[in-house]
Amino acid sequence: MKWALAGGVVALVALPAVLSSYALTLFILIFFYGFLGQAWNIVGGYAGQLSAGHAAFVGVGGYTATMLSIELGLTPWVGMLVGGALAALLGAIIGYLGFRFGLRGFYFVLLTVAFAEICRVAVSNIDALGGPLGLYITFTGNPRQFQFQDGRVYYYIALALMLLATLIAWAIERRRFGVYLAAIREDEAAAEALGVNAFKYKMLAMVVSSFLTGVGGTFYAFYLFSLQPNTLFGIPLSVEIIIRPIVGGAGTLFGPILGSFILTPLAEISRRYLGQGGLYGAHLIAYGVLLIGVVLFLPEGAYPRLRRALARRAGATR
Amino acid sequence: MDLTLVVQGVLSGLLFGGVYSLMAVGLTLIFGVMRVVNFAHGDMMVWGMYLAYMLATRAGVDPYVSFLVCAAALFALGLLVQRGLVDRIVDAPHEMQILLMLGVALVLENVALLAFGPEPTRVRSPLASATLWLGPVFVDVARLVTFLVAVTLTSALGAFLYRTDLGRTIRAAGDNTYGALVIGTDVRRVYAVAFGVGAACVGAAGALVSPILPFQPSTGLSLSVASFNIVIIGGMGSLLGAFVGGLLVSLAESLGAVFLKPSLKELFSFSLLIVILLFRPAGLFGRRSA
Repeated sequence: MKWALAGGVVALVALPAVLSSYALTLFILIFFYGFLGQAWNIVGGYAGQLSAGHAAFVGVGGYTATMLSIELGLTPWVGMLVGGALAALLGAIIGYLGFRFGLRGFYFVLLTVAFAEICRVAVSNIDALGGPLGLYITFTGNPRQFQFQDGRVYYYIALALMLLATLIAWAIERRRFGVYLAAIREDEAAAEALGVNAFKYKMLAMVVSSFLTGVGGTFYAFYLFSLQPNTLFGIPLSVEIIIRPIVGGAGTLFGPILGSFILTPLAEISRRYLGQGGLYGAHLIAYGVLLIGVVLFLPEGAYPRLRRALARRAGATR
Repeated sequence: MDLTLVVQGVLSGLLFGGVYSLMAVGLTLIFGVMRVVNFAHGDMMVWGMYLAYMLATRAGVDPYVSFLVCAAALFALGLLVQRGLVDRIVDAPHEMQILLMLGVALVLENVALLAFGPEPTRVRSPLASATLWLGPVFVDVARLVTFLVAVTLTSALGAFLYRTDLGRTIRAAGDNTYGALVIGTDVRRVYAVAFGVGAACVGAAGALVSPILPFQPSTGLSLSVASFNIVIIGGMGSLLGAFVGGLLVSLAESLGAVFLKPSLKELFSFSLLIVILLFRPAGLFGRRSA
């Protein structure tokens, strides 16, 4: 397992040498959505608190770094940490409101959706933030401005982000923190009865998750050179963030990554071919059918199933 | 601030609130009976709107008549979704149910997008341009009729749930599923009827609001969010809460549009939501155990 993992990372590092520019873009998106999915996985998967408004953190992070860069000339390399911190603050506020009374899962879902919508409406109405049209970043190609002539740099940054989030998830999983989160997810009342401070650990998971997602917002903004409230804070982005770890396997280390490798190419290819034919919603219909199918037939996600299948084969050949 | 403007805002807010109430009553009924949050609620409502649109453009039926057809069609859709999908996961964790309904929402919205395109439309009705003057303030006749029909339907639903045997059975199955099973209730049938009735509410609400509110496939999402807002404010599972919450949220949005600007109106209702969650998390009429 360890060797396969190391081999996989080495292969991904070497890969840009042979990729076409379209394939490079595809991989950047796979890594980036894998990163966002992994960040969500910490609170949504391990802690089992289904946030349906993670786009809010992408938006806060992206807008913060962009505004700091435009208004104060602060490099996005620092701005992304400030954006992450502000996103974490928002995460803490939402978490406090949602977890305070130990309200059942769906309240949290609705609360996160509502907060993301509040942010979207608010940002759309603040002229200093560009209003409904949003902000545009002029391309300078200056690495200090988080802009690169060579697409491969974005590839490595996205890969590093995904690996970083996975490392954090791995560290959480191995520690007592991860065990507490699993206990809270499976049976919160029982966990509390055993002395686990559910509020504290859910808050922690939320803050870590929203910080990472906020950092991702900077990458998103500076990779696309533009920020619109409807895309950055919108519910569709939240769905994109959720669906990959769920399909891959929420609460597992490799679920979000596997989910992104399955879904991102699917989404991009159907967007490219069906969207050009004027069939706008086609890839979202596929998403919907996939979600329904996963819930009904594969509720634990693809990764646990894959792992069992591999283990069986290993057992058979031995 | 001109007082007439405020009175006008209150009036049109309350009148529009009837539709919000009907929509939220449908959501809270489904939730109260099955403990399932219908994330496709707003998208079902949009299908009610498009159905009214097709009936108006193809067959020339006024939405104030066709709302009955739309309600019946959505009843069938709700029944189908419940029997085919929700029924299999009624006992699954909430997350799974939410994801399933999110899947249904995505399918409904984007099938509408494929079928009708992204441009906003509106259903023409001769009533829509008529106004009544009450001294200095005017009443939109379409809004008045919509309000009256919506309130009548909501009251009829209340009477159904509290005065008829089937209605009592539905409430019983929601209060205590196990107890209802013990006394021989066909809970699966009750669930199917409840989901159907909940969907019929938005079918009617969609048709009724179609001459007033321009709509497009993506409208469903904001309607879903608005109905979640309302039922949390009113108290999840409470019919009275959904009714009062609908009027309140509509009033808040209308006054928000008067005092601030129209594009900020949602901010008002969301602030209301946060205040409720801070001080009365079970909602205005909710029970703590919900």
